[in-house]
Amino acid sequence: MSHHEIAVPMKAKFFSTGTKIVFAIMLAGMAAVAYRFIAGLGAATNLDDQYPWGIWIAIDVASGVALAAGGFTTALLVEIFHKDKYHAIIRPALLTAMLGYTFVAIGVTVDLGRYYNIWHVMLPDMWQGNSVLFEVGMCVMIYLTVLYIEFIPVVVERFKGKVNLPSPLSFLNGIIEWFLSIADRTLGRFVSLFVIAGVVLSCMHQSSLGTLMLIAPFKTHVLWNTPISPLLFLLSAIAVGFPMVIFESILASRSFKLKPELGILSSLARYTPALLGVYLGIKIGDITIREAWPAVLESSPQSWSWIVEMVFGVIIPIIILATPRFRKSIGGLFTAATMVILGVALNRINYFVIAYKPVYADYPYFPTFIEILVTVGFISALVLLYRACVMIFPVISVPVGQEPKKEEDGSRITSPF
Amino acid sequence: MSLDRRKFLGITALSSATLLTGSTHAHEIESKTDEVYGVLVDTVVCIGCRKCEWACNQEHGLSDKDLKSYEDKSVFKEHRRPNASAYTVVNEYRDPADSSKAYSMKVQCMHCNEPACVSACIVGALEKNELGSVDYDAWKCIGCRYCIIACPFQVPAYEYENPLTPQIRKCTFCHERVAKGESPACVSICPNEALTFGPRSKLIDLAHSRFKANPGRYHEHVYGENEVGGTSWMYLTAVDTKHTELPVLSAAPLPPLTEIIQHGIFKSFVPPLALYALLGLIMHTIGDKNEEQEVKE
Ligand code: SF4
Ligand code: SF4
Ligand code: SF4
Repeated sequence: MSHHEIAVPMKAKFFSTGTKIVFAIMLAGMAAVAYRFIAGLGAATNLDDQYPWGIWIAIDVASGVALAAGGFTTALLVEIFHKDKYHAIIRPALLTAMLGYTFVAIGVTVDLGRYYNIWHVMLPDMWQGNSVLFEVGMCVMIYLTVLYIEFIPVVVERFKGKVNLPSPLSFLNGIIEWFLSIADRTLGRFVSLFVIAGVVLSCMHQSSLGTLMLIAPFKTHVLWNTPISPLLFLLSAIAVGFPMVIFESILASRSFKLKPELGILSSLARYTPALLGVYLGIKIGDITIREAWPAVLESSPQSWSWIVEMVFGVIIPIIILATPRFRKSIGGLFTAATMVILGVALNRINYFVIAYKPVYADYPYFPTFIEILVTVGFISALVLLYRACVMIFPVISVPVGQEPKKEEDGSRITSPF
Repeated sequence: MSLDRRKFLGITALSSATLLTGSTHAHEIESKTDEVYGVLVDTVVCIGCRKCEWACNQEHGLSDKDLKSYEDKSVFKEHRRPNASAYTVVNEYRDPADSSKAYSMKVQCMHCNEPACVSACIVGALEKNELGSVDYDAWKCIGCRYCIIACPFQVPAYEYENPLTPQIRKCTFCHERVAKGESPACVSICPNEALTFGPRSKLIDLAHSRFKANPGRYHEHVYGENEVGGTSWMYLTAVDTKHTELPVLSAAPLPPLTEIIQHGIFKSFVPPLALYALLGLIMHTIGDKNEEQEVKE
């Protein structure tokens, strides 16, 4: 395979001004998490018997999973359909998915009242195959493992032959080196099995997230209460995958002063109007068949939220990305990608929070400051970890010959895929 | 397994739905719904004495307030719901045609025949007992609160104030007493026939005989006979239930839709494996051939 690009660790000062701000927000978020564990959900959140789920489920978990979909959509495109020109986006997308799902797992833990029992989900005698949540939990756990396995070749590439821990730990060098070389020799052969498994697992739980509320049809606003909601979840996850890759790629090139890969990104963006279009078509068909159009016009918070979700998250981005002039500009790409991302996140918030109608609703739900701080804190932590990872590992690709000055081994980059 | 006719029709309808998902698993639950115990709550004869609340709190150690304090009827001014420290409460509803006519209504977990909470629970911490109660096992529970989302009656309450060992709390149907052949604490104390404990099918007969014996006194509908697949606790009301706090629900049980989708894509494993094989095939056959094509673009 002839790639004109190689992945290299980024070189920059870790703490730029922006990074420092993000770091401070992360610390505040961690304090909020600590408060939740010490004082309990009642003190930290506005959750109660009317509204058992809030933004932690809607954003940290459901949106987190959706926005990590770039991992499986790029795997599908590049490794299964062999569109090799997009090879460079595989690793950034994989890293996003890996970190994204890690934070989904942490986010769930913060929301669970009896988090120390989470391992019960793995005990066969407590398996509850009827529970949608069980399937989601299982798939997420297995997929997270698969993502870590898929990332091993990147670690191997970076550290094989170079493990050199300082003296108190130096006895580990040999062992780690041994593991890395084993992984190097075996994984290459099996990694494609994991890649396919990752796609299958993703299709399963991305859709199942949309099955969750079907057990509560009487408590879900009609605009989102459809039996094809799992299909809509899957389609919107697939549609948001590439915009997420584009969004991150543009931000990363700005942050590390690289030239954005405009050619690759705008050609990747060609898929998005089609994918979003399918989603839009099915969504409109669904509303029509269920005769739910009056609900769109009822002028309630739900109907407005639905309209915003569809117009700003779907229709306008389709128009932008279907227009070659915009698609071929960084500004157009970035605007449209951001809108799709926010649109899908809003869809998840709508589904789990805005559309939820308690039987006896005395008041609406609005998150506490602590809830918001936890969510924002996790997003900040994710950004920082991403930055750290692309500086440690060869994730982001640069054209050959333009890689930043780096250690001796720049030549030894072979693609494990 | 003997299926009554309603159940049979239900399964037929579901089987056609399974065709859509390609699954062969119909939603099957042993039809023991007519053998289970239940309670008939007759709000027409309930006097709103709230002794049932006291008895429940005593039985479960929820409150040590004396019986006298429950005579306070000012609580009826606001609509109360069961919560983590009260498994049952008595509320009041009025006749929409004549608002001077007030009735009392005790509310608690309905102990559904096909409970949404049980189907939803991720670890099987909730289970429908063969005697009729829907039991909770705190040891299994992970505190996800999906059961609260699922319950169409907004029953399960959660100990939000407990940071370490919060539990789901709801009416237990005094299952230990019932297993010993006793009636639940609330039923035992009820001074009149507002609460009747017995085999569910007998309670339905009893309801209909009350309709017959008292023409015009009842809205002749046994709430819970069919709602969401039937419930162990059932209600008789003086007015159409839509004027009471009882939610308007259809007869179809809630779990089948999600369970069919789940069984279709998960339990049988056929669709995921087929997808796996298909993707493997594509990965293998497309190969690197289209690379040249790609370069041109
Ligand atoms: S009323 Fe709610 S909590 Fe009780 S059994 Fe039915 S679904 Fe479960
Ligand atoms: S909160 Fe507990 S009982 Fe309720 S669904 Fe979750 S694990 Fe089951
Ligand atoms: S004890 Fe009986 S009569 Fe008194 S409030 Fe409860 S159900 Fe009604």
